[in-house]
Amino acid sequence: MGMTMGEKIIAAAAGVPEVKPGEIHTVKTDYLMSNDGTTHLTIDMYNTKLKHPRIADPKKLVFIVDHNIPAENPKTAAVHKKMREFAAANGIDFYEGKGVCHQIMYERYVEPGQFIMGADSHTCSYGALGAFGTGIGCTDFLYAMVTGESWVLVPETLRFELTGKLREGVYPRDLILTIIRDIGANGANYKIMEFGGEGLHNLSVNDRFVLCNLAVEAGAKTGLCEVDEKVRSFLKLREEKYGKPAGGKYFTSDPDAKFLKTYTYDLSKIEPVVATPDFVDTAIPVSEVGEVKIDEAFLGSCNNGRIDELRVAASILKGKTVHPDVRFLIAPASQEVYLQALEEGLVDIFLKSGAMMMNPNCSVCWGSCQGVIGEGETLISTGTRNFKGRAGHKDSKVYLGSAATVTASAIAGCIVSAGGIHSKL
Amino acid sequence: MSRIFVFRNDVDTDQIIASQYLLLPNVDEMKSHTFESLDPDFAGAVQPGDIVVAGDNFGCGSSREQAPAVLKALGVKAVVAASFARIFFRNAINIGLPVLVSDTIGKEVKTCEEADLDLSEGTIEVGGKTYACTKLPPYMQQILNQGGLIASLNKED
Repeated sequence: MGMTMGEKIIAAAAGVPEVKPGEIHTVKTDYLMSNDGTTHLTIDMYNTKLKHPRIADPKKLVFIVDHNIPAENPKTAAVHKKMREFAAANGIDFYEGKGVCHQIMYERYVEPGQFIMGADSHTCSYGALGAFGTGIGCTDFLYAMVTGESWVLVPETLRFELTGKLREGVYPRDLILTIIRDIGANGANYKIMEFGGEGLHNLSVNDRFVLCNLAVEAGAKTGLCEVDEKVRSFLKLREEKYGKPAGGKYFTSDPDAKFLKTYTYDLSKIEPVVATPDFVDTAIPVSEVGEVKIDEAFLGSCNNGRIDELRVAASILKGKTVHPDVRFLIAPASQEVYLQALEEGLVDIFLKSGAMMMNPNCSVCWGSCQGVIGEGETLISTGTRNFKGRAGHKDSKVYLGSAATVTASAIAGCIVSAGGIHSKL
Repeated sequence: MSRIFVFRNDVDTDQIIASQYLLLPNVDEMKSHTFESLDPDFAGAVQPGDIVVAGDNFGCGSSREQAPAVLKALGVKAVVAASFARIFFRNAINIGLPVLVSDTIGKEVKTCEEADLDLSEGTIEVGGKTYACTKLPPYMQQILNQGGLIASLNKED
């Protein structure tokens, strides 16, 4: 019996020839990533709860401060200090202010075929490069940090067969919000979402990140994309930038692999959508949203803060101004992205339009660092979630849309699609 | 006897403990904010031994372990739901908070009803009706029985 791509990665990490859904295996982890959302608790447990505190391999650990950076109060500063000092004392790679954790991992670490655990639910993003990334809590993190291993219940795989190309003005963000609407917020619970087909190969590697990143919003253990020449090119470019050799193992599903279900999506049929408050699986066409005034717009996050989205936003904003009643916050996903946006003149366009540039971090998507919204306010966001109170007050509202929809709405002062208002950069 | 607190479908971890409290120094400082957006009185009203009951997809969203941790710190004896999001489910077992699956209980019981939970049998009796919950795979049950993943690691060491 053939195996799916995800099953092959688990089998390789477990050191066994074959795995089947439902089996529990012990796997070796290639990287363990943790951010400032929970690392202080992990360190406290390491110091107080273990009989024999030790780290299996510090070179496999990456600590990233990205949620509340820069610190907004002394308690947060203490959390960051604890991480910084522990990383220094134990030889752990440490980043702060360099970007959102998943973007840093994508730019500098993740290789095809790896098995990676991260103390953040959006670790599922690494499937863009054909790696199995999955979110865990701090106790799982601590166990893997000490032993170099973890346990995995082998999930079943859902296959998403993509055909055709997205039309102009429609983005992977619209596609994944549509898929999540169709299968529901737990439609992939404890399953792998595998994306493939000619439609997938028409998308850039950055676009694939957008798909895998939101897999957890359908409950998935991970999202995985078929790897191809575009991934090889991405890794070669990365080798030139950071000196990390373009390695990895390229796994693909066998022709007789067993998928629990196969869904087919014709990309040319996808249209711009927004997810409405307070759930991610509520996408409706932007054209049907009615008149919704907004107080704030946000462009950024691990889902949608890369150069591609910044270019889209700049092409819409050029020569226009943000609506006077709207705060438009832009947070590039990393310093690398920010620098590229500067080089391309995008930041100039943003600032002249009246948008606010934030440092690379989780920003508004995290809802407690910057750009928090007040009682009764409405936000349109490229962030990952629109749960009740996610961006601030419990009685505020969050809509999710593409960079184009968010930018067009920031200009209009209400939720609109970008239509044909792109200008040539 | 335990009292029941009933919640809806798709309770995400932001509702269990909101992001603005996650970087407080420890779970004891966070626990008074549990379920603040859905039921501001919950943290004051819940007593050790009480049970949280919910519908589908309980604990969806972020991987924050603070979500099961604040429930455990408040003395919640178990969470019973029609289904759980996978990271919450795994985190709960890892910290030794029992999680049980029952399709029907969330639709039939009300907050403040009294319940008798038998963890070893995986059954809950409410108002004369017994709900049999799905059993955990033996591997996970063993982690739970040992008091969580760190306790089982220390035992191996």
